[in-house]
Order: sequence, then structure tokens, then C-alpha cells
Amino acid sequence: MINKQGFTNGIIAAVVLLILSALLMGVQLANEGTGLVVKLKHAESLTLIAVGAVIVFLFQLFRQPIMGTIGMAKGALPAMPVLPDLKQNPKLKNLLMAFGLAALLIWPFTASRGAIDLATLTLIYIMLGLGLNIVVGLAGLLDLGYVGFYAVGAYTYALLSSYFGLSFWVCLPIAGLMAAFFGFILGFPVLRLRGDYLAIVTLGFGEIIRIMLNNMTELTGGPNGISQIAKPTLFGLEFNRKLKEGGDGLFHEFFGLAYSGTYKVIFLYILAVLLVVLTLFVINRLLRMPIGRAWEALREDEIACRSLGLNPTVIKLTAFTIGAAFAGFAGSFFAARQGFISPESFIFIESAIILAIVVLGGMGSQLGIILAAIVMTVLPELAREFQEYRMLMFGLLMVFMMIWRPQGLLPMKRPHMEMRSQ
Amino acid sequence: MSNPLLKASGLSMRFGGLLAVDDVALTIDEKQIVSVIGPNGAGKTTVFNCLTGFYKPTSGEIFYKDKPIHGLPGHKISRLGIVRTFQHVRLFKEMTVIENLLVAQHRHLKTGLLAGLFKTPGYRRAEAEGIERAAHWLERVNLLEFANREAGNLAYGQQRRLEIARCMVASPELLMLDEPAAGLNPNETDELNELIVSLRDIDGISILLIEHDMKLVMDISDKIFVVNQGQPLADGTPTEIVNNPEVIKAYLGEE
Ligand SMILES: Nc1ncnc2c1ncn2[C@@H]1O[C@H](COP(=O)(O)OP(=O)(O)OP(=O)(O)O)[C@@H](O)[C@H]1O
Ligand SMILES: [Mg+2]
Repeated sequence: MINKQGFTNGIIAAVVLLILSALLMGVQLANEGTGLVVKLKHAESLTLIAVGAVIVFLFQLFRQPIMGTIGMAKGALPAMPVLPDLKQNPKLKNLLMAFGLAALLIWPFTASRGAIDLATLTLIYIMLGLGLNIVVGLAGLLDLGYVGFYAVGAYTYALLSSYFGLSFWVCLPIAGLMAAFFGFILGFPVLRLRGDYLAIVTLGFGEIIRIMLNNMTELTGGPNGISQIAKPTLFGLEFNRKLKEGGDGLFHEFFGLAYSGTYKVIFLYILAVLLVVLTLFVINRLLRMPIGRAWEALREDEIACRSLGLNPTVIKLTAFTIGAAFAGFAGSFFAARQGFISPESFIFIESAIILAIVVLGGMGSQLGIILAAIVMTVLPELAREFQEYRMLMFGLLMVFMMIWRPQGLLPMKRPHMEMRSQ
Repeated sequence: MSNPLLKASGLSMRFGGLLAVDDVALTIDEKQIVSVIGPNGAGKTTVFNCLTGFYKPTSGEIFYKDKPIHGLPGHKISRLGIVRTFQHVRLFKEMTVIENLLVAQHRHLKTGLLAGLFKTPGYRRAEAEGIERAAHWLERVNLLEFANREAGNLAYGQQRRLEIARCMVASPELLMLDEPAAGLNPNETDELNELIVSLRDIDGISILLIEHDMKLVMDISDKIFVVNQGQPLADGTPTEIVNNPEVIKAYLGEE
């Protein structure tokens, strides 16, 4: 069981760990008189380092049996449940979807305010995941700056609302169009690039948008952001306690109810559900449209596409633009729900989380993305105590997924077009 | 006499130190089957790539229906009516047969976003027409029963036929086939022979063919161009070519 190679590996790994961690954790700079001196840290961290080195050594030594056990554990994990084939049974599918939607709409009246709030946040991420999925999963373009379009949508609503007093409902389509426009002009020059190059350039664009928002202090308030953004209204009815100047009416007064903040939370939640349903509808149509087929064809063989007269740049640009539009919708809803936005909300890590949702869900798969979005937003809330280890758990989850299910939770099954015999 | 459908002259393509195509001239008339033959590595595929915009020729001019097309990108040339296959099968393997044929009709279908989202009558009509055209061509190449199969699961010979059908739904006036008979058995080659002839005689299109199968080439060609080491060696009718001493020398080597 113990072989010579394991022993050498163990020694090397332990020594490397000792050197690295001794430098990183074991010593400390201190002021002494006028100069800096290197001091040893207290004994505790030294013990920790020693224990770490021993563990690493032992792991390398017994590497084979350990990995074997992990492999067996992997085999013992439950296989993913097989969903009943709903394609053969469209009636059942419609019925299930209607029930699901009804349950989603009734649920908030029985749930706590915090739970509803969390659900709304999850819905925003579902929308972002579905939007990015068009770009990454369907068109096969790695976009690391997706959060930039989310920011464009959010700021479009925040600015139009605070400068011109435009309502959420007017701004929602404008925000989508604005983000789409940004997607178009950014996509135009960069979509000639492939793979890694595209990823890097889009990452840059995401950062540029954020930094611009940060620096255009006069317009956007810079790092202070924009606050007191108006909430969405229901046919002009506001959800506040007191009517704002020039407001049409109050929700609770109109319906003769006592004021409660919960109404607003439920209203936002229902709005988010409807937006997600709309997104799902649009994407499902797109998949069955010529453009959806062209995305897949382009992913499979770009050269064949060109020989058939398809213009790859235009087709990629469509995906980029449509994907950006959904980020715009999500952004304006986010701004309306939050009431306050600043460039801080649109840092790179958001792009990473959205991309993780797409990859975790199984590129291209919509149900998978919904599941993944729930995992990525609800789990951190449940494990509040482990807040500091959030990124660590995030990494562990990714590693675990790569071993267990590299194709994602629910890999994509594209609706195939069938020809019925006449 | 009417002008040729396609006319290329002085076509050269250089890859670094290698002059893969050297001063090749080519004319294709309407409703003709024209073949390009030559030993391996002669530069036949490179000529194809230049004509269809996949390579930018180092020098030379190409006129299609009297309009210059050299320098245009591949998808634009395809839209003008020159559609090609590749030496290796390039189907969309994970898509179904019928979907392959619909992708090829992309520009004939209604691609407006709103039309598709709301399934307007115009959109439905265009889609129905697309499926009908696809069905017609599947029938022509004898693949109708496989319409809903994944293209990658078809037998090799079927894949090659599907490639031709996929070109044809894009309604080309000049079809360019790069070694369509490679890897086919004699039966399948005979079917291919009939199919290509029918494309000329029934559909009235021209075909430019690269092929190593001499029986097929001699059977169906109206005109043959021979290239050797990038240079044009001879051109003429099949009878002229088989009797040309230069060609015999290039193919059989000097005694
Ligand atoms: N992209 C390229 N870069 C460099 N050299 C190339 C390229 N394409 C082709 N060549 C070279 O050009 C020459 C002609 O190749 P080509 O593929 O046109 O030959 P061919 O006549 O089609 O041969 P075959 O009958 O084997 O298909 C070969 O020597 C090949 O190596
Ligand atoms: Mg070749």
C-alpha cells in the first residue's frame, strides 16, 4: 500500500508546504527602533503549520487508497433522478407547469418576509443565468463581463427615474433596449475573437463599465451610488405608507387594507416570477426559431455555416445582444427592488457567480440553471454562520461538481424539430 | 454564345514558400458538369477554397455572372449562389437531418425576432415552405425516412448524400463538390452519378467536381481541368483528356 513514490511525493509536498506557509503565516514584520525586523509569530501558528505538513505528508503517502475510497464514494452517490419524459405527453406538461406557476404565486402569502425576499433575489439570478445562458450555453461565447449589462440596466432605470421621474414600467423596456444596445456596440468589435481572447476582452468591458459608473460622479453619484430609487407601482398604485407628491394612490388605501410592508415584498416577488416566466417563454421560442438553430449550428461547425451563407458575426452578435437585453431587464428590476445601487453591486464576482450558475446547471439547460440559481443563492443564506468561508465552499462545490457531474446538474436536452409525415 | 457562369483567371495561392496554386484559369458554363482532377496535393481543394472565399487568393480574378467575387467573404459568395461541400463531411452531427436542411435555408426563412416570438402567419408560412423544400430534397437523395434522425448517426454514404441535399436547399446555381465519391461503395457511386446528372438535367444547375474516381469523372463530365503541382496541365472533353500524352505522363509517371 505504501510505495516509495508516495513517500518521496509526501516529503516534497510537506517541505513545499512548510516553506510557503512559514513565510506566509509563520513570520511577521515588526517595527523595532527605526528598522523593520522579521519576527516569528506565536507558537500557535507554528503548531498549525506543523500539523498541516504532517497531514499533507500522510495524504501523499496513502494517496492511492484514499483516492480509491473517494472513487468508490463517487460511485455510491445517488444517480440523478430521471425525469418522466414530458415530451410524449404535452397535456401533462402544461398541467404541471400551470400547477407550478400557481404554487409559486400562492406561496408568498404563506411564507415569511425574509423567505420571500430571498426568493426574489433567487429569481433575479435565475433571470441573469438564463440570459447569460443564451450567450455561453447556446451560442458558445464565453462572456466574463455579463455583469456590465446588468449594471447598464440598473443605472438606466435609476437615472431615468431620479432625473425624469419615469415609472418602472416605462423604464423596463428602455433598460432592456439600452443594455442590448451596449451589447451590440461592445459585441461588434470583439466577436471576431475566439475562446479565451473573447473571455478576456469581455472581462475588460465589464470592468470598464463599472469604472465608468464609478468615475462619472456628476451623473451617477460615483461610488456613493444612487439612492431612493422609486419602487414599481401596480397600475400607478404605490406600496408606500404615505403618498408621494404627485402619486396616483396607495395600494392599501385603494383596497381598504391596513398598511403593511409585506404587500410590497409580495408584489416584487410576483413581478419577478412574471419576469422569469416571460424570459423562459422567449428563450423557448428562440430555441425553436431559425436563429436558435443557427446558434447551435455555429457551435458545431462555423465553417459549414459560412459555406451555407450564414454570417457568423451577425449570428453571434444576435446572441450577445439578446443576452444583454435580459441582463438589462434584470438590472432595472434589481434597482427598483433595492432602491439603492452603486458600482459595488456590479463587481466581477457577480459575473463569476452568474457564470457558475450556467455551468453548474449544465450549459444550455434551463431547468438546470433554475436549480443552480437556487443552490447558489439559498445555500449561502442557510449557512450564514460560515459567511467567511463562502468562497471556500464555492470552490469546493465547483471541484465536487467537476468530479461528480462535469456536464452540470441537468445537461441540456435541446428540443429537436420533428417532421411529421403528411 | 452566352457568357460563362464562372470565370477565373490567373488564380494563384501561396502558403509561405509553397505556391500551392499557380496561375490556374477555369471557366464553367451554365448547366455543365466540370471536373478538376489531379494527383494528391495538386492544389484542387485550394482552388475550391479560393473560389468560395475561404482563402483569399494571392492573385487572380474570379467573375461570377460577370461580377467580380474575389475578396468577398465565404458567406457572401454562398449567398450569390455558389454552395460547396468539403472533402471531409461537415454536417451538424448533433442536429437532426431536417434541422440540417433548415439551417441551410436560414436566409430564406423569416428570421425576424418578433415574427418568430409571435409566430405570425408569415413566419409559419415560411417555416412550412422550408420544411416542404427540405422534404423534397430528402426524397431526391433517398433519405426521407431518416428526417428525424440525428445526422451523426447516419451511415457514411447517407451523410454524403445529406450534404448534397443540404447544399441544394440553399438553391445554388453552382454546386461545388469536393471528392463526393470518396469512401463510397460502387453501388453508392452509381447512385451519386445519377444524382449529379439529374442536378444538371432536371434542376439546371452547374456542378464543379473534384474527384479521384476516374470512371465517374469520365462518365459525367462535360469538361475536365487537370492540375498538377498547382499548375494547369490540360483541359478539354473527357476523350481529349484521356488521350492527352501530358496527362498520361503526369498520372503514370515517365517511363
Ligand atoms: N492552409 C494551408 N496552409 C499551408 N499549406 C496548405 C494549406 N492548404 C493546402 N496546403 C498545401 O497546398 C498543397 C495543395 O493542397 P490541396 O489540399 O489543395 O491538394 P488537393 O489537390 O486537394 O489534394 P487531395 O487530392 O489530397 O485532396 C498541399 O501541398 C498542401 O499541403
Ligand atoms: Mg483535396
